[in-house]
Amino acid sequence: MAVAEEKNTAGETAPDWSDYRGVMVVVEQRAGVAKAVSWQLLGEGRKLADKLETRLMALVLGHDVEHLAKEAGYYGADEVYLCDAPELKDYRTRPYSRVCLKVIREVKPEIVLFGATGTGRDLAGAIATHLPTGLTADTTILDVEPHPSRLLLASRPAFSEKMMATILCKQYRPQMATARAGVFQALPRDESRQAPIIRVENEMREEDIAARVLEFIGETGRVNLEEAEIIVAGGRGLGGPEAFGMLKELADALGGVVGASRAAVDAGWISHDHQVGQTGHTVRPRLYFAIGISGAVQHTVGMSNSEVIVAINRDPEAPIFQIAHYGIVGDLFKIVPAITKAVKKKRGLSGIVDAARAGEPDAAAARAETAAAGDGGPAEAAMPGEVPAAGGTGEGGKNAAAAATEQAATGTREEERG
Amino acid sequence: MDRKQQAKRRDNVLHIVVCIKQVPDSREIRIDPKTNTLIRQGVPSIVNFYDLHGLEEALRIKEQIGARVTVVTMGPPQAEKSLKECISLGADEAVLVTDRGFAGADTLATSYVLALAIRKAEQEWGPVDIVFCGKQTLDGDTGQVGPGIACRLDLEQLTYVGKVRKVDPEKRRITVERHLEDGVEVVETGMPVLVTALKELNKVRRASLPGMIRAARYKPVIWTTADFPDLDRTKIGLKGSPTVVAKQWVPEVRKIDGERIEGDSPEQVAEQLVEKLWAGGLPERLGWKVPS
Repeated sequence: MAVAEEKNTAGETAPDWSDYRGVMVVVEQRAGVAKAVSWQLLGEGRKLADKLETRLMALVLGHDVEHLAKEAGYYGADEVYLCDAPELKDYRTRPYSRVCLKVIREVKPEIVLFGATGTGRDLAGAIATHLPTGLTADTTILDVEPHPSRLLLASRPAFSEKMMATILCKQYRPQMATARAGVFQALPRDESRQAPIIRVENEMREEDIAARVLEFIGETGRVNLEEAEIIVAGGRGLGGPEAFGMLKELADALGGVVGASRAAVDAGWISHDHQVGQTGHTVRPRLYFAIGISGAVQHTVGMSNSEVIVAINRDPEAPIFQIAHYGIVGDLFKIVPAITKAVKKKRGLSGIVDAARAGEPDAAAARAETAAAGDGGPAEAAMPGEVPAAGGTGEGGKNAAAAATEQAATGTREEERG
Repeated sequence: MDRKQQAKRRDNVLHIVVCIKQVPDSREIRIDPKTNTLIRQGVPSIVNFYDLHGLEEALRIKEQIGARVTVVTMGPPQAEKSLKECISLGADEAVLVTDRGFAGADTLATSYVLALAIRKAEQEWGPVDIVFCGKQTLDGDTGQVGPGIACRLDLEQLTYVGKVRKVDPEKRRITVERHLEDGVEVVETGMPVLVTALKELNKVRRASLPGMIRAARYKPVIWTTADFPDLDRTKIGLKGSPTVVAKQWVPEVRKIDGERIEGDSPEQVAEQLVEKLWAGGLPERLGWKVPS
């Protein structure tokens, strides 16, 4: 590639990258359902593109995923590249990277973003090496310098989240980054935004692809911390695995999920997918309970952006209280069950049926009511009604309600992810 | 008997290369509260533990179906210590790729050098069938070097592997479980292949006494820039690294003058908390329907 060189304002010799314009987000999906991080990245990409006064593009790959190309427009893309082919049904590195490389080489975006998921990192790592260009992993803050430098300021945690580092890619284009789920915010879905869809051919034939995806075992019961609105997290103060059952009860009462500090995960009390903070998840829920968590920075970097933080700890000097909106000093084994009870009482008394989140309010309410008929009344029905993960509550009547809600909840997710 | 002869004697077994990195145990790194800088002193150097799971899997394949296991690292001369640890666990050979010219490499430059080293290891000990890497390093946390090597050597690529189900040397196929955020994917592909290891992959063994004795006497093979005649110097070290760290800082956790909730009994405290959360508009923000 012949590259004319010019002096930039900093006095360094920089290649002329004026062919490269626009921000591109590679949309990740499984079985036609997009990952939330993809829409979050379109939200963030919109800001970057606006600051650079350029266009925001999405690249959608898969099979039978045309609806996602439309969705990408609803979530902020100005134009959408779509490669829809049976060979792309399952993610496989070679065919996916082939298509991405073709699009990147033809369209020449100056920035390309991927979710920092297993798939996103797998794909981005292959593409960056092929191009070649610089790739920054697992970013949590993205910004750009305006024209003329147009540099992507990609910041990410370093040294087990104890520091942040800003990484630049000055001499190569595009500038690429993977970005963590749950950190950036998606734009409100707007169906009036119709983005043009540009179709791309897949050129790799099935017989040339060595990899076969034999099976995918989805873990529906798996916690999804990044997308949870309420997280009830426990740490070393819990003293053992048993106390997580108590946290689960509170989480269920609130329709939330259970999280954990690294100390609790390392002790083997709960699996790693519950871990918040260092080498775990970054979360931004509406409500975060930090129970028996002292508040080491490795944990707090992963959750300090929660809207409301409640800390419960025996030690009045625990650093977690410095970032908590509400602090309770005391015995968590007494306080947590009391809160669970108070929440149940409050929600039961107000007769809340959680239909608003279910996409089809009337149908969901009807299902919840039907389920409630065989059970102890509206108060009980309301509880599992808000708890998609509460399938295992065990009591006969509740299971029906939980099952009904699971359908409703699935509906919600599909609705949200399109 | 020189190494090439040894290799010839075993040329009907798989050749597995394990890439490792000696890293500071970042879990032990602290921040100096006065200067806001990293305290690196006294931080132990370890073999990146994901890499050890890759080595363990290679050793298990060696025990089950026969393989020759070569460990490769790029790093400073002190990384010999980590290579000896790998020998003590059962690796056949260990290679240290070291040169000041390689210093300052980002993931792109690192994958270039490791790919060259694997090519050279193939000349020495036979064509490679499987390359293991850790899913990421403790100090870099990128997970990009594995895919980079796969790309440069045109290997099949299986990342985030939590289980190797089957290795079939006759059909040259491998079946693994990839652990992803939303579930487990079972994938089969052809060899040669690069696999990145999760800690779920296996339990790492302890060194045996004979292993430790061999490690104590073992001298790792050392390759410098001079050993790679085709080396493109624009692709190594700082010069070959597109990414640069512009600045580092200690994230400031926002401090809130939070409210302490107190009461005579846990019940009283709990009720106060719930009242406050509700008064703060929690149900509305969650979209809970509150009948008026």
